[in-house]
Amino acid sequence: MALLEVDNLSLEFRTRGGTVQALEDVSLAIDRGETVGLVGESGSGKSVLSYAMLGLSDAAARITQGRARFDGVDLLNADERTLADLRGREVSMIFQNPRAALNPIRKIGHQIEDVLERHTTTLRKNREAAAIACLAQMQIPDPQRRYHAYPFELSGGLCQRVMIALALACSPKLLIADEPTTGLDVTTQAAIMTLIMEKARSLRMATLLITHDLGLARAYCNRIVVMHAGHVVESAPTELLFTQAHHPYTRQLIGATPIGRTRLDDLIAVPGGLPDLRRADLPSCRFSQRCDRMQAHCDQPLPRRIDGDHLVRCHYPIDPALA
Amino acid sequence: MIALIARRVLGALPNLFGIVVITFLLTRALPGDPAAFYAGPAGTQAAVEEVREKLGLNRSMPEQFVIYLNDLVHGDLGQALSTGQPVSQELKTRLPASLELVFLALTLAMVVAIPLGVAAARHPNSWIDHLCRLVTTAGVSLPTFFTGLLLTYVFYFLLGWAPSPIGRLDPYLTPPEAITGLYTVDSLLHGNVRLFLACGAQLTLPVLTLAMFVLAPLARMTRGSMLAVLSADFVRTARASGLSSTTVLVRYALRNALLPVVTTIGMVFSFLLGMSVIVDKVFAWPGVGSFALDALVASDYAPVQGFVLTMALLYTLLNLVIDLLYVVIDPRVRLTT
Amino acid sequence: MTEMTLWGHARATASDNPFTLLAVFMFAGFLVIAVIGPSIAPYGPLASNASQALTGPSAQHWFGTDSLGRDIFSRVLVATRIDFSIALSAVGFSFIVGGFLGAVAGFWGGRIERIIMRLCDMVMSFPLFVLAMGIVAALGNSVFNIILATAIVNLPFYIRVACTEVNVRREAGFIEAARLSGNSDWRILFHHLIPNALPPMMVQVSLNMGWAILNAAGLSFIGLGVSPPEAEWGILVAEGATYIISGEWWVALFPGAVLMLAVFTFNLLGDGLRDLIDPRRRT
Repeated sequence: MALLEVDNLSLEFRTRGGTVQALEDVSLAIDRGETVGLVGESGSGKSVLSYAMLGLSDAAARITQGRARFDGVDLLNADERTLADLRGREVSMIFQNPRAALNPIRKIGHQIEDVLERHTTTLRKNREAAAIACLAQMQIPDPQRRYHAYPFELSGGLCQRVMIALALACSPKLLIADEPTTGLDVTTQAAIMTLIMEKARSLRMATLLITHDLGLARAYCNRIVVMHAGHVVESAPTELLFTQAHHPYTRQLIGATPIGRTRLDDLIAVPGGLPDLRRADLPSCRFSQRCDRMQAHCDQPLPRRIDGDHLVRCHYPIDPALA
Repeated sequence: MIALIARRVLGALPNLFGIVVITFLLTRALPGDPAAFYAGPAGTQAAVEEVREKLGLNRSMPEQFVIYLNDLVHGDLGQALSTGQPVSQELKTRLPASLELVFLALTLAMVVAIPLGVAAARHPNSWIDHLCRLVTTAGVSLPTFFTGLLLTYVFYFLLGWAPSPIGRLDPYLTPPEAITGLYTVDSLLHGNVRLFLACGAQLTLPVLTLAMFVLAPLARMTRGSMLAVLSADFVRTARASGLSSTTVLVRYALRNALLPVVTTIGMVFSFLLGMSVIVDKVFAWPGVGSFALDALVASDYAPVQGFVLTMALLYTLLNLVIDLLYVVIDPRVRLTT
Repeated sequence: MTEMTLWGHARATASDNPFTLLAVFMFAGFLVIAVIGPSIAPYGPLASNASQALTGPSAQHWFGTDSLGRDIFSRVLVATRIDFSIALSAVGFSFIVGGFLGAVAGFWGGRIERIIMRLCDMVMSFPLFVLAMGIVAALGNSVFNIILATAIVNLPFYIRVACTEVNVRREAGFIEAARLSGNSDWRILFHHLIPNALPPMMVQVSLNMGWAILNAAGLSFIGLGVSPPEAEWGILVAEGATYIISGEWWVALFPGAVLMLAVFTFNLLGDGLRDLIDPRRRT
């Protein structure tokens, strides 16, 4: 059994402007210890999916179908107490904009202690030392002094390390990293990713890396799941995805991503934009209207074509053998 | 830290100077002959000239200002014609009455408005949210004098629950020996519970009237601030870490949300000071406001100026205290200035 | 996404928020009364009738009569005009002068901005009602002085809003373009910057109107400004204050209720305007 299993999840938001079909029939599975990349444009539903799994969705969200299980626990029907017990201890999440994601008027050491107090039996008198140890493990220099620091006194990279410290304080089984390096400079990005991967290895932790940066996903993930407009369109082991992408959208994404020594001139933007998810008349394939391969049968319900590890949901996938 | 406090205090000095300048200008803007006004309607020609000489009204403006400053520094705010007492003396005697009213009203308003705002933010679109919005919109429309009269009519005349609005204490009772000047506190300090209750009873309607006026801005600010904080990134992180809802609410949300509310308290204090004048009139309260009003009616101007100066000083002092409070409670202020 | 005109958005906001619509109607109603009030009043506001003194609400006197037998309903109607005129003049003055000063401060910045902001701070160091009292006491009891006092006390709000709005837009692209096409500073200020600063100031206006009425009524209540036998809401309540304790509630409470309704209307209107103008709500 996989550590995390999401089956046919559909989620909508009730808003003033209409009902937004944010997720439709989304399935995802993560095994213990593996690193899965969840990629797609902004607005494709990646973050929405992770919030839904942890019960952190906005109040206007409604799950209309599907299941989500973590380590056997039914996430969608669990009560708040059960979910709160899981969060931070078994499943942790880190976010982008790390400085904004930390309490601005509370010392970071105390914020780590809050997590320790909640999920561990560490005695109060030992918590400070334990918090400092957490900071040290994240390779934060001078952790004793940093314990007393406030987020605004730290750089973006340091704040992200603090957030990772918070997330990993209780050695969770799964870490969801939602755009953890967006907004950080390139060298810091590399350092943060290295830290995350190292911790994942040493703690034998599964990681769900949510990113719009395909290059980042390629560098660090075992497997990649591609999302578009609330749908999972393709999922495959990393190298297989990059060498033999079946879905037209994936192909275009790859073509638009600078990898290795791609020349800027060779990059081709993905045409069009995400469809308005409030429309009542959304086609079955939400990519069809941007796709140059669209055919008449593309308005039928999407199939699931599975070839070993490689899943694609498309009526007219690109067969690399023939490309 | 000391340097920070000193800098804040110094920063308030230009405002203090401005207050003195403006009150000075007001004293010189009287229609007709200022000296005649200070001498009073019963003043003879000789008395008027004497006043003119004493106040230096025949000198140039800059000279007059220096005289005015000199008088202020010595605590001389002039004479109240109606009572013959120095204005500063009268103000000192009456200030506790007004302060008792204002601080109790502020406390009551905070105790009601802040929980209301917090609850409204936590349960959007519930009945408590609608109640909060109603209070917020209707509250700022309430004329203080109207509320006071309405409350008197309902609770004194119709229901007989409140005592008659004749001031701080029933004339058959003696006020407690002054330690702070606040009747409620003093009677408690003397251990006299009956007196405490009697004073409290007289305070109920005026305090309620004042509190209702400032309930609205406090509730509105609390609700708005709490709403913003509850949807902030760091609250999401706290929830994602599995922290209990109490911890999230108190240690993460509330502490951050209350910061702007502290500023609002400063602003609200200015309303309280202003409206205390009206409450003084409606409830025959012997505060500084009614002192000024009585003086106005009698064309006695020195008390009015003393009153304006005092209120402005009080307000500036409170704002300074709030500024300093911020230094203590917000580390971003403390560590970046 | 469909483009929405200002009118279309106004309709949508109104249907979203029925209270705003209500406020607009109430405002219109008050305005009508302010204009034609004296003509439709059943009795003259000063027409006293000692035999009818202190009678409660009845068919002939909807709001009852006061101690001199005057019809309170008529007096309330007539008072509408005075209160509205005071509020409109005061707010208008603050808006124009404050807006101008603020725009100048925001545009040229530097010493001018510092001086103007200092002046604002000085005015704002006083509790506003107290300052208004002081000004009216110093200048004398008259309607003009109430208007002046209310206007002065409100100036800082407009100055600050205008200054901020102009400051923010000062370096904007379209201003740079205007400058490059040879527009003089004053032209830029009046043609480009000030019109853009108007919307947030309009919201302030509506909220201020309510406060200006409260201020004027409060001053009259304590005996400053408009004097009896003139009919003004604050005075009417003051006249009735002594009778509350003996149970003749209508003398004070009807004028007070109408006053409250007027202020409430302006506050609702201000809130609605704010929803309309806040660009985040525009489609």
